[in-house]
Amino acid sequence: MKHILSQVFHSGKFVVGFCIFMSILLLMIFYPIFNPGNPLQIVSIGTFAEPGIYVSVYDAVDSDMNTLKLDEAPAKRLDSVLKSEDRVKMVMWFDAAGIPVDNLSIHDTEALLTLWEENYDATIRPEGMTKADRNYFQRLDGNLKKVIVTHDKVLARQDPSSSELSVIRTIEDTDYVNIKKVANVKRLPLGTDNFGRDVLKELAAAIKTSIFIGLVAGSIATLIGLTFGLLSGFIGGLVDDFIMFITNIFTVIPAFVLLILISYSIGQDQRGPTTVAVVIGLTVWTWTARAVRSQVISLRNRDHVNLSKLSGHNLFLIIFTDILPYIASYVIMALILQISGAILAEAQLSLLGLGPKTTEVPTLGLMMNWSMLYTAHLNGYWWAYFPVILTIALISFSLNLMNTGLDQVFNPTLRD
Amino acid sequence: MAKELCLSGKNVTKVFGFGDKKTVAVNHVDFDFHVGEFVSIVGESGSGKTTLAKMLLGLIHETEGEISFLGKPREIKGRKQKREYWKEIQAIFQDPFSSYNVFHKIDAVLLDCIKMRGGKKLPYEKKVEMMTEACSFVNLKFEELTNKYPFELSGGQMQRLMIARIFLLKPKILLADEPTSMIDACSRATILEMLQNLRNEIGMTIIFITHDIGLAYFISDTVFIMEKGNIVEYGPAEKVILNPEAEYTKRLISDVPKIHEEWDLSTV
Amino acid sequence: MGKVMLEVKDLKTKYITRFKEDVYAVDGVTLQIEEGKSLGIAGESGCGKSTLALSLMGYYFAPLHYTSGDIIIDGRNVSTLDTDEVRREVLGKEIAYIPQAAMNALNPTQKIIRFIEDVIKVHKPEMTKPEVYEMAKERFHILGLPEKVLDQYAVELSGGMKQRTVIAISTILSPKVLIADEPSSALDVTSQKMVIKMLRDLMEKGYIKSMIFITHELPLLYNVTDDIMVMYAGQIVERGSAKDMVFDPIHPYSKGLMGSIIVPETGTREHELIAIPGTPPNLKKPPAGCRFAARCKYATPECKIYNMEMKEFGEGRSQRCRFSVEHLREVYANG
Ligand SMILES: Nc1ncnc2c1ncn2[C@@H]1O[C@H](COP(=O)(O)OP(=O)(O)OP(=O)(O)O)[C@@H](O)[C@H]1O
Ligand SMILES: Nc1ncnc2c1ncn2[C@@H]1O[C@H](COP(=O)(O)OP(=O)(O)O)[C@@H](O)[C@H]1O
Ligand code: SF4
Ligand SMILES: [Mg+2]
Ligand SMILES: [Mg+2]
Repeated sequence: MKHILSQVFHSGKFVVGFCIFMSILLLMIFYPIFNPGNPLQIVSIGTFAEPGIYVSVYDAVDSDMNTLKLDEAPAKRLDSVLKSEDRVKMVMWFDAAGIPVDNLSIHDTEALLTLWEENYDATIRPEGMTKADRNYFQRLDGNLKKVIVTHDKVLARQDPSSSELSVIRTIEDTDYVNIKKVANVKRLPLGTDNFGRDVLKELAAAIKTSIFIGLVAGSIATLIGLTFGLLSGFIGGLVDDFIMFITNIFTVIPAFVLLILISYSIGQDQRGPTTVAVVIGLTVWTWTARAVRSQVISLRNRDHVNLSKLSGHNLFLIIFTDILPYIASYVIMALILQISGAILAEAQLSLLGLGPKTTEVPTLGLMMNWSMLYTAHLNGYWWAYFPVILTIALISFSLNLMNTGLDQVFNPTLRD
Repeated sequence: MAKELCLSGKNVTKVFGFGDKKTVAVNHVDFDFHVGEFVSIVGESGSGKTTLAKMLLGLIHETEGEISFLGKPREIKGRKQKREYWKEIQAIFQDPFSSYNVFHKIDAVLLDCIKMRGGKKLPYEKKVEMMTEACSFVNLKFEELTNKYPFELSGGQMQRLMIARIFLLKPKILLADEPTSMIDACSRATILEMLQNLRNEIGMTIIFITHDIGLAYFISDTVFIMEKGNIVEYGPAEKVILNPEAEYTKRLISDVPKIHEEWDLSTV
Repeated sequence: MGKVMLEVKDLKTKYITRFKEDVYAVDGVTLQIEEGKSLGIAGESGCGKSTLALSLMGYYFAPLHYTSGDIIIDGRNVSTLDTDEVRREVLGKEIAYIPQAAMNALNPTQKIIRFIEDVIKVHKPEMTKPEVYEMAKERFHILGLPEKVLDQYAVELSGGMKQRTVIAISTILSPKVLIADEPSSALDVTSQKMVIKMLRDLMEKGYIKSMIFITHELPLLYNVTDDIMVMYAGQIVERGSAKDMVFDPIHPYSKGLMGSIIVPETGTREHELIAIPGTPPNLKKPPAGCRFAARCKYATPECKIYNMEMKEFGEGRSQRCRFSVEHLREVYANG
């Protein structure tokens, strides 16, 4: 046993697969520990907040401030106001107003601003410019003035009864707040989704559910497939014919169609993750059964089975001691494939809206489904769907890699 | 030699498959094997030797015909009857490498035999003594084998261990299906010697299956020649091999390389 | 004396196991085969016959490693070539090898003609497919194999037919030396005879110039090869003509082997089978002195000390036992 394990871990493929899978598991286990709470809780009003760290402005202004003299601060401030499309627009304005822009680079903030300050005049109405455009330029001009001219800002409180303002603090452009001192900071490494939920937290929970579904469905499929395959292969005769008949029926109807039909007929409310897992498990066992059966048939004719019979061992003893150990490695590999297959099947089902009901737990498929429904993929909210796709791909990739690695160990003909 | 009947068959037939795929592996054969006899069944590959052997062992059902055991029709319908029958008849198979469960140690193989003979309750020392005796019967040392796996032995040693197993079980009949065809000539001599010992010391009836008519001649009292499922000739070894009647027997003899006579290669 | 086709001088090779132990499976083998001759190698399981066959090609891959010695095929030393050169220039063309389980190694999903095309592609890339087919057809015809085999798959052939097909494929380039490792041991006697007939045809028609035939079946060697060499624990212990070796073995191990001969002839039943007790030594640590000493009936304490070299005694015969030929003959005569 120890020997086999050490061999397994000598297979490069298995180790790579194992590491990937373990990192996913670690994410699944540890993220919720550091970040407890309901993964489906809505944290942001409005959809699809970008990934990043959110600092409470309300708390920030009350925190102790430090003065930092940073040379690059004004430039950065400018850059954050002057987006690249604004720069392009500015050049377009110069163009329309007939100002030569030959040597001007749009990345040269200073030159751009000097030229703007010298020339911009809200009253000029270049030809072909709409009212909306002109308003845009006025707004831009205002924004720019605000940054260039660094007046201090004043923070005031309004007295609710008299609606009088009283200054409570002046904020200079060199004032900084230590993020640690701010009472409320929210890290959203993957932003929020369409409902305003923390995507990473949701993802960690979804991985858990999906792996649960994979395990349950994979085990059910392997158990059924193994039992049927063993009985059918070992007993043969009528039992074999009967089991193969059932297997063939299940094979002829594509498992996925069956899955859709069953899921649909169960109805949304009844479909918890466990139900979905059972349904998947019940429909995909056929190939395990076939594979196990053909293995058993070739084993059944091995002489050690005949000798075991001659020693008076009964059917179950023979199956458990003379057949099962020989196909154990094979069954483990089939189980791994079934798990990865079930995770994919759940994703497909959910994408079609036939997955587990949406109110209890997230699954990888449901997350895909939501981001699709809210057209995250069309609007560039990559954080809502890309990490999910990547996770599904990595789970399936790592499981398959481990499987190939195992195959190389158990199947000496594939060893190099 | 006692002429008491041990195993006999009338019209024994085995048909595999049906329709186009129908093969008659054993075709209406009659035979009488006597107690204490060393019988050989000889034929080329595919002539139905193994199929006949499996029917004799009760591992597969005969399609037609009747097999009698100790003069009475054999009754092996139920599991209990089968168990009783298998106490009387045991086998050694062709391929030693596939005859062992690779997950069981040698001790387990031998202990199982003791258990089958009703020795389950014996104290462990007694069991070890029995296993040691069985191993020394086949020139193996139990101390060296204990806690090893069968696949750590050579092919010849594995077949000898099989014989040790038979020694412990002491059945009335031993069916040896080409026990020497996968091992080298040197170990083969050892195995044959041990089979003879089983017969001479324990009085076992031995049914020896082979494709090498030379072996059959060397070792057996009676020889049955099988061709395509039929028994084409049988009788005392001396008579069948030195004065063969059937064409097929003559061909089998001519196929074996010899050292004192010319080996005629032109007749293939 | 004919032209020497294959000459091997003090060849040593070893296996390096997974646990980094050395197994000295071929430990100083010297042999020579002339054109038109065949040499049989006999010995127990595990004494290094297959390893010798593999080593003779000069093509080494893990776990088998070359240690020292020369292999000279028709005047050319191949032990100095690197693996790639050996594969391109020697294998199949100069020396062909039929491994022990060759017939089970045929890929069942390919037609037989594909294997031949593959062989030809390496060595005669200028031949077109129809030309290859014609050539294969002719060769199969001469060797008495049905032409239709070319278009069949390996699974469709019986064991004997498969083995003969493998031999025909391996010798398609008419190699100078053919090494056949137990080509008939897995077959029944009838198929075995056909395989032997085919090998003899190949020799007679000149498709192969010399042959090394490995088996533990001594009656077979006696009928197939001109000379017989007996191998024990990685070394040659005796060599001589087939007839001498069978009827007048000198080395105690050869004598023991000859005791296991069984043939369907008058007198066989009367002679007693003498099995050699014990098993061959572990080649990880070959014993000092005579390697057979632990099992030899005639061993004396000195046998375990002195290393013996092959000694010639008479026409093409040599042996390794420390006792003289006369002494041994006398011992045998007295039982
Ligand atoms: N791949 C391997 N790695 C390590 N040792 C090996 C390997 N193959 C063979 N050996 C060892 O080398 C020795 C010679 O083996 P070899 O296969 O050459 O014997 P053989 O004479 O051909 O036997 P057989 O009659 O069974 O074919 C044996 O001790 C064997 O255990
Ligand atoms: N389980 C089986 N199913 C179908 N055909 C079989 C089976 N076992 C044996 N046969 C066929 O029966 C014939 C005799 O086989 P067998 O008894 O194994 O011969 P032998 O032992 O003499 O080589 C062969 O044609 C073989 O293909
Ligand atoms: S040298 Fe000694 S041990 Fe070796 S074969 Fe000769 S007599 Fe036997
Ligand atoms: Mg058979
Ligand atoms: Mg070999």
